[in-house]
Amino acid sequence: MKIDAQGLYYRDLNEKIRAAVSAGADRIELVNVNGQYFIGDGINRPVTITIKGVPGNDLGAFLNGATIVVQDNGQDNIGNTMNAGKVIVHGHAGDVLGYGMRGGKVHILKDVGYRVGIHMKSYNENKPVLIAGGKAGDFFGEYMAGGVLVLLGMFSDNPDKPKHGFRFGTGMHGGVIYVRGEVDETKLSREVGIFELSKDDQAELQEYLKDYCRDFKLDVKEVMNEKFVKILPKSKRPYGNMYCPMPR
Amino acid sequence: MNRLKPTHNFQKDISNCGLTGFISKAGKLVEGSVIIKSISLMHDRGNGLGGGFAAYGIYPDYKEFFAFHLMYENGMALQLTEEYLEQNFHIEQEEDIPTRRIAAIANPPVFKRYFAKPLETAEYREAVEFKKMTLEDVVVHHVMRINNEIEGAFVVSSGKNMGAFKGVGYPEEIAEFFRLDEYKGYIWTAHNRFPTNTPGWWGGAHPFTLLDWSIVHNGEISSYGINKRYLEMYGYLCTMLTDTEVVAYMLDLLIRKHGLTPELASLALASPFWDMIDTLPEEEQKLLTAIRQVYGCALLNGPFAILFASNEGLIGLNDRVKLRPLVCAEKDDFVYMASEEAAIREICSTPDRVWTPRGGEPVITKLNPGVV
Repeated sequence: MKIDAQGLYYRDLNEKIRAAVSAGADRIELVNVNGQYFIGDGINRPVTITIKGVPGNDLGAFLNGATIVVQDNGQDNIGNTMNAGKVIVHGHAGDVLGYGMRGGKVHILKDVGYRVGIHMKSYNENKPVLIAGGKAGDFFGEYMAGGVLVLLGMFSDNPDKPKHGFRFGTGMHGGVIYVRGEVDETKLSREVGIFELSKDDQAELQEYLKDYCRDFKLDVKEVMNEKFVKILPKSKRPYGNMYCPMPR
Repeated sequence: MNRLKPTHNFQKDISNCGLTGFISKAGKLVEGSVIIKSISLMHDRGNGLGGGFAAYGIYPDYKEFFAFHLMYENGMALQLTEEYLEQNFHIEQEEDIPTRRIAAIANPPVFKRYFAKPLETAEYREAVEFKKMTLEDVVVHHVMRINNEIEGAFVVSSGKNMGAFKGVGYPEEIAEFFRLDEYKGYIWTAHNRFPTNTPGWWGGAHPFTLLDWSIVHNGEISSYGINKRYLEMYGYLCTMLTDTEVVAYMLDLLIRKHGLTPELASLALASPFWDMIDTLPEEEQKLLTAIRQVYGCALLNGPFAILFASNEGLIGLNDRVKLRPLVCAEKDDFVYMASEEAAIREICSTPDRVWTPRGGEPVITKLNPGVV
């Protein structure tokens, strides 16, 4: 099923998408998208939505089982409070990516903006995974409480840009971040430390990357041919004593 | 009763201000319809309480004269201002700013423009010879006096070969009202306002201007009080009831008066944090420490993305931790800056490069030498 989004107001476009989903469509192709907000929000059927053009902010918010494939760049707030399903972006993505995500996967081919994975969380089998193939802005994994963030630094249109920004892992108190190659220790927040990957970590990461490479037709061996480091929070309650120091 | 219910249940107001702008570095003149298309795409970032545009290169026939765009809330303001202008300026040309009456715009004030040069009055000679004021200083002084002393009169813009057009409405409505499709310029900026802390009135719409500086801003300048008091020491009077005004005056002070480069002025407005300065090489540490010490009162605190334009070029700047969006793109001699990539792609579908600047890192584009 194909929907031409040329000049369509976001509400009208999203009504068409929801109607198509309710009617049982498996695959929906959106063409001539430019800037429409909230595409695919809250969709809880396993439909695949392919987008040609640049979708607007809050793409796939509250997504609950659908797959969204963007063949161009994405904007801000992708996967906001996403629950399940997958968002694949074949270009770069903006700020506040995967905000409060509690399940599902976000795969971005190129650079990502500021505050990626802010307050991601996990519970039992609900474990969100967000992989960025390019470089990241400041506050990567800010207030992260659970789930998995992976930064590859491989596919970027900005060769001079550092792999990641300042204040990396500020307020992080759960979950794990994997970074391909080195991290710049001067840009890490005080709340996190650098660790070696265990065998189990390696195996888990490889599964995530295999899936990522399938989406972008990449060679997983090439992605895995460099060492990864693991970033973990040093404390589960970094600010426990901030306002009211408790006796030990 | 049912008839009175709104058609939609707006559980969340998604507005948050939008801005867009572009420059042709080669000075190619672009029709107003292009910037209108770009800002209209971000219609939902505003709420109809403010829209505005700045355009450069629109008055080539009068480019030697200061182009005063005046807004009058009443007839007395008009009369007093025209008397004031006649006393102090040679007015080469004066006219109504052409407008189109449209349903969306209620109760617009009166808009006029004057192409003028300061007269060599005794007061002018006194200012130049004894107070060592420049021609621009004199113009700034007059702008401040009109804004501050004439009830209901406001200078919307006062630069050469440029103009600001703004008011209460969505930007596409303001554009239609001011017939912006009939203008051509080599730099355009536009703003879609969602007023948060200050009133949505005609003078409070963006851009804010002084001489040929124009600012459009998305965010909140929480250091407004400090910035305002600092500017008052240098004779700038804030009369527009909103935070963004200080940015226009601050740039005038830092760049035109104190001779800072746009790069250094940007570092004063969005200085790096002390812990980041500590990690830099010694020379840079010294420079940035000096800037923070001297210009502590010029630091803009709070979230912002701003575009500032002048007859020199177009600059985009974010706050230090990037709490508001700003995307840039290049295509041939054009550089685009906007709150959303889609607003750029709407008018430039295949840019050569799209990137997002770092927080506090100015994107500075200048017109090629010889264009102006």
